[in-house]
Amino acid sequence: MTFVLELLVSLLIVGGGAFLLIGSIGMVKLPDLLTRLHAPTKATTLGVGGALVASMVFFAGLEGTLSIHEVLITAFLFMTAPISAHFIAKAHLHEHTELRDGLPPTGRPVGWSTFDAAPGAGEADEDDGRRGAHD
Amino acid sequence: MGARHDRLDERTFMERWLPHPLMTAVLVLLWMLLLNSFSFGGLLVGVVLAVVITRVTSNFWPERPPVKSWSKAFAYLGVVAWDVVVANLQVTRLILFRPVESLATRWVVLSLELRSPEAITVLAGTITMTPGTVSCDLSADGRSLLVHCLDAPDAEDTVRQMKERYEDRLKEIFP
Repeated sequence: MTFVLELLVSLLIVGGGAFLLIGSIGMVKLPDLLTRLHAPTKATTLGVGGALVASMVFFAGLEGTLSIHEVLITAFLFMTAPISAHFIAKAHLHEHTELRDGLPPTGRPVGWSTFDAAPGAGEADEDDGRRGAHD
Repeated sequence: MGARHDRLDERTFMERWLPHPLMTAVLVLLWMLLLNSFSFGGLLVGVVLAVVITRVTSNFWPERPPVKSWSKAFAYLGVVAWDVVVANLQVTRLILFRPVESLATRWVVLSLELRSPEAITVLAGTITMTPGTVSCDLSADGRSLLVHCLDAPDAEDTVRQMKERYEDRLKEIFP
């Protein structure tokens, strides 16, 4: 029984590590920031997830104590990864305004929120839009 | 200023101290999970923190999130968890076995039928976590989503998949 658990834990750790490695390879291989964003938001979640499940199995099966921290880490990771990716993408668009012409049209009467103010927005929002368009 | 205080004071005692009962419960649970072992003192601190935090921040989100069906919400979580695993394998395959030049990297626009900010946030987060797509921007009026695809030979097909798989489900969860 102990052997099976140890095997499971090792497999999860090695598998998770492999995904983390692949995520890092992706960072090196892919050409620009927007494509590189795909590697950490996906390959890494499964990598970290594998390590966390391994930790839970280890503590529950071999040490006999229930450890639930890992669930929290997973939950926080899943909440923060998309939001930070979104902000990195937005910051990238601000930084490289030449990308603006490459964006597809919104299909709406207004533009993308990184460059255009919301319709009927207050002064603060308009200011924000101007900064994005001309800096 | 005075009018605002009058409006706040119209709330009942319960509404003032437990503006978001569910969030209070989640915070208590979160605190207990962080402690990782049960003690009465820990529970007491957790309850006090949860009540104070929801009370202090309630002005930022006066409305409770409108969830119609919790069972569908949990089913959605299951679908997303599965898709995250699939997404990992797909992106792994793209990274390892495809030359960068052959990737059909492109922008895709998703016109949103969802209206509530919560639903759009969940959709954008889901799209980022799942196969080869990262949601990058929202149109200024919040009606379409800009999505960056790592490998999308057929833009319309990608959009249709996202709409069918996630947006339709979210429409049933959020009004």
